[in-house]
Amino acid sequence: MQNRFPLRVLMLASAVMLAPASATWAETPADTLVIAHQIDDIISLDPGQSFEFSGQDVVRNLYDRLVDIDPLDLAAGIKPSLAESWEVSEDGRTITLTMREGVTFHSGNPVRAEDAAWSLQRAVKLNKSPAFILNQFGFTAENVDERVTFDGNRLVLQLDQPYAQSYVLNCLASEVGSVVDKETVMAHAEGEDFGNAWLSTNDAGSGPFTLAAWRPNEAVQLTANPDYWQGAPAMARVIVRHVQESSAQRLLLEQGDVDVARNLTPTDVEGIAGNDRLKVMDELRGRILYMGLSQKDPLLSRPEMVEAMKYLIDYAGMESSFLKGQWKVHQNFLPEGYLGASDENPWTYDIEKARQILSDAGITSGTVKTVVRDIREYVDAAQTLQAAMAQVGLTLEIQQMTGAQVLDAYRARQVPIFIGEWGPDYADPHTNASTFAHNPNNADDAGLSQLAWRNSWAVPDEMNRAVEAATLEGDTDKRVQMYLDIQKQYREIAPIIPMFQKIEQVAMQQNVQNWTSGGSVSSVLYRQVTKE
Amino acid sequence: MRLGRRLAGLGLSLVLTLLGLLLVTFVIGRVMPIDPVLKVVGERATQAQYDAAFQAMGLDKPIWQQFLRYMAEVLQGDFGRSISTGHPVAQDLRRVFPATVELATLGTLIGVCVGVPLGVVAAARRGGWIDQIARVVALVGYSMPIFWLGLMGLLLFYGILGWVGGPGRQGIIYDGMVPTVTGLILVDSLVAGNWAAFRDAFSHIVLPASLLGYFSLAYISRMTRSFMLEQLSAEYVVTARVKGLSERRVIWGHAFRNILVPLITVIALSFGSLLEGSVLTEIVFSWPGIGQYITKALLAGDMNAVLGGTVVVGTCFVALNLLSDILYRLLDPRAT
Repeated sequence: MQNRFPLRVLMLASAVMLAPASATWAETPADTLVIAHQIDDIISLDPGQSFEFSGQDVVRNLYDRLVDIDPLDLAAGIKPSLAESWEVSEDGRTITLTMREGVTFHSGNPVRAEDAAWSLQRAVKLNKSPAFILNQFGFTAENVDERVTFDGNRLVLQLDQPYAQSYVLNCLASEVGSVVDKETVMAHAEGEDFGNAWLSTNDAGSGPFTLAAWRPNEAVQLTANPDYWQGAPAMARVIVRHVQESSAQRLLLEQGDVDVARNLTPTDVEGIAGNDRLKVMDELRGRILYMGLSQKDPLLSRPEMVEAMKYLIDYAGMESSFLKGQWKVHQNFLPEGYLGASDENPWTYDIEKARQILSDAGITSGTVKTVVRDIREYVDAAQTLQAAMAQVGLTLEIQQMTGAQVLDAYRARQVPIFIGEWGPDYADPHTNASTFAHNPNNADDAGLSQLAWRNSWAVPDEMNRAVEAATLEGDTDKRVQMYLDIQKQYREIAPIIPMFQKIEQVAMQQNVQNWTSGGSVSSVLYRQVTKE
Repeated sequence: MRLGRRLAGLGLSLVLTLLGLLLVTFVIGRVMPIDPVLKVVGERATQAQYDAAFQAMGLDKPIWQQFLRYMAEVLQGDFGRSISTGHPVAQDLRRVFPATVELATLGTLIGVCVGVPLGVVAAARRGGWIDQIARVVALVGYSMPIFWLGLMGLLLFYGILGWVGGPGRQGIIYDGMVPTVTGLILVDSLVAGNWAAFRDAFSHIVLPASLLGYFSLAYISRMTRSFMLEQLSAEYVVTARVKGLSERRVIWGHAFRNILVPLITVIALSFGSLLEGSVLTEIVFSWPGIGQYITKALLAGDMNAVLGGTVVVGTCFVALNLLSDILYRLLDPRAT
């Protein structure tokens, strides 16, 4: 179903034929924002569990965090939210946050430091996917009750190391740092689940919206919280409808039945270009499309081979053809928009140079395999690479699999060349540095999940230490420089090659203002959206 | 006495059928190369988190123990929680199955109302223009990809003409307006006496239902035609004609009555296959039905959802069989 080329041609041809007839045009209610989006990945709306793109989009709007990042104003950095202010102790190991007074949850209960402490303790003890973000500060299920405490309206975090303030706060700004209404959730607890079953399908937040309904694979409905402490949202209702097909999303948008369509293919984006009722917004997101070369493979583990591969990727060619408008060339593991991101893109498509590097190393032939997910972009990228490799005498075998199968093989370190995406987990550079450039134990049974480990890359000790040190650097300017240095060295030696950064093309009615999908660091926000 | 024994036999066959179905589905689900744990813990999980979830899901036990454990829960009416939606499976099924039933019923209704007369007339006027049209209609119905036809239908009737509602079961403003009684929006809006909501729901269902109706029409009309041809060449038809009965009475009164039994089987089968959910139609029309639900669950290794769906679809098939069995007896006195 991914390859629908003939279908599109037919669709387009038919559309051209039928185009002169004009259609009736509806309009959604003025106080309601209707969005067509693929939301079938949501498995839970519990902030302690949710870790899928669309799930975080919902959680972000139901809950407040202690501190926040405004994707519309990234330069401002971390801003106070439920925590009004914070201070770090002399030794850098204790952070004390003072809670804002007078904020209430959707239930009417006041937001207290006790709730904030309990929310963090709960997320750690639940130990679901996002728990590791908090585990990084030394919080474990056993010690979190002593390390995260409250005193009056102050929340006290005791860290195991003097971490950079920006690192800790960036992590607290992610969805797992959401402050949850303790009383409400505990009233619905079953056994030892901390209310997880209930909270997966309900909301207990203080955010700008409340959850009206979530019908899986069908729709999410949010209702504005009129008493929101930062002011009631302009939209009284937000309805996200699950629409799988790009063509169907486009039709709904053109008919005025939805305000925003978030999954249009490049063809459909082009198709609506002439429609002056609609506009398309490009927003840079955090996902990186990269190529991993397994260092278990005898050929791929040779440094010359790694170097040559960097010149066998047709960056510009792919960017202007099948990735057009959706990805831009980006050859660093930190996405643009992140602290310490680098904009140096040194490699270009250069067959001659690759051939030279390979022949100097005595490599004139060889066969490698790639296992790619059956997504059009990945398969096209693999085929482009195959053609380039053929020119220097190398054979690339392409094997297609479903996403789950590829992931299984990748986690088992059995993919020689991996082509795929990585999305950052939280808004701090450590999220990508720790996965691309950190692998302290390269043994098969290390039980880790970093990309470096999956590609069997034994990261040099020096780089491992640099990545760890960067989390402890209190001076933000120095910290930025550390990441720039790590990325410089990374570009020289790493066998995991970042190639592109995601651009989300969001199509919407002209009257929709202030839309953000969350930029590269965050998720969608509806509070500031208006319709004029 | 005989009735009691028959009912007991039916009940037993129902239980055995479902048990067999569940066992096969369960085994297939467990040997599939898909890891349900990853769906739960996410791709970032460490080995320790993974192992914990693996154990919590009972996957470390032998398959037969897992199956027994599952069956014990089902017998208590607990279908478990779906890992791909986070909701209890029973709750999911209560939502997605009515959506499919609504669509399948309307589709079959269209298929029967148009397909049967078309097949009968095509047989009666064999080689005539109606027969030719019926043949083309059936051929197109068999060979057109439903995906393409659905998109084209949407483009034309929704995008250009604006005659029908777009993808989804309801327009945005009617969403949640009608209280759920049966889960069939057409019925629920009538129960609530909300005509506007009924019209809206109807404008959304008419296109996908016509599409499904067209496909079952193609099948039903071809089968009707061949059943009728067989009857029309039988001796009793010749006798009836010689006796001077009108052609109409020969066809509808004699021949047609005799094809009712096989025809009911055909219709029941066609209805049954639509009740499984037509995945592609559901995708094109953003129809939250059981076909998409089961398919998605299967791809995620979400066995609770797959098995729950299987029970529902399996029960429907058995029930349809039973129903056509009863109809046979009513329609054909020779059947015992």
